Amino acid sequence: MGLAAAEAQFHVLAVDDSVIDRKLIEMLLKKTSYHVTTVDSGRKALEFLGWNEGNSDEAIFSPKNNQEVEVNLIITDYCMPGMTGYDLLKKIKESAVLRDIPVVIMSSENVPSRINRCLEEGAEEFFLKPVRLADVDKLKPHIMKTMGKETLNHENQDNDKEIVETEIQSQQQQTPQSNINNNKRKSMDEGLSPDRTRPRYNNGLTVMSN
Amino acid sequence: MEIVGQLQKQFVDFSTSLNHEGFLDEQYLQLQKLQDESNPDFVCEVVSLFFDDSEKLLNNLATALQQQVVDFKQVDAHVHQFKGSSSSIGAQRVKNMCVAFRNFCEEKNLDGCLRCLQQLKHEYFLVKNKLETLFRLERQIVEAGGTVPVIG
Repeated sequence: MGLAAAEAQFHVLAVDDSVIDRKLIEMLLKKTSYHVTTVDSGRKALEFLGWNEGNSDEAIFSPKNNQEVEVNLIITDYCMPGMTGYDLLKKIKESAVLRDIPVVIMSSENVPSRINRCLEEGAEEFFLKPVRLADVDKLKPHIMKTMGKETLNHENQDNDKEIVETEIQSQQQQTPQSNINNNKRKSMDEGLSPDRTRPRYNNGLTVMSN
Repeated sequence: MEIVGQLQKQFVDFSTSLNHEGFLDEQYLQLQKLQDESNPDFVCEVVSLFFDDSEKLLNNLATALQQQVVDFKQVDAHVHQFKGSSSSIGAQRVKNMCVAFRNFCEEKNLDGCLRCLQQLKHEYFLVKNKLETLFRLERQIVEAGGTVPVIG
């Protein structure tokens, strides 16, 4: 038994306001051997990630939460009341602590401008619902990219077969952050100014201004 | 033919017809594929959630369309949700009805919406009935000592 090669089970946070879709994504992820947490809103996702809206726009992380919660990937629905998946994505990418967690967006609607906007904001993938096992199979590379090189070396054989449920150490936190930003984002990202005012982004709600 | 065989054949024939008649599409098969020994009730659980959610949505839709001033955006939001959930479980005819319904919402066509609601209810209760029959057949097969055939 190769105890030394025992892998940490990756933890995915799934965000969806639909109870049916939460059940579905949970099952899809479990089937792919991920440890899953589901929440029903962007707000709860941020809370889970240890993000507390402190004073104004300063994100305050409670260290205790940060150590307990280790999330390797976030998969979120786009259309949600209150905070949309896009809003959540933005908040995550704006956060120094969270920005390296890969984010995947799901949507029931195939709207190219929506898809592009999400990818430009840093989403790794955009899945059309209903999400299939084949889609979930695409998540692994995104998770692996954020792991340190050392971990990658151990795992370069058949990772898929041997995922064992072990306690996740806070090893990912010690992972040097600098080598992660070697662009997992699409190349169209470069040259796009992170326009914080984003006039085209009207709160992410589907309400149109007449 | 012994009873298990008969039931299994019934199940397969019924499942196939549901697919051919457009009640359930490929997504339902995907759900079945996800079910396994460690989650033996997965499909049933998801479908139960769908039933609860749908009935709530149908009530919300009826209420929303009864308002003095109908908020079509609100109606559309409900239909959008219904479209999503029906699509997630493979209830194709329900989903298609939702698509039509959304068009009427966009046009702010109250009559169209009201008609769609009726049709949507009809389609929903039809598929609910079919699914309940399907589950009943599965139970009967298992109770008779057989295993439920895997379709597709």
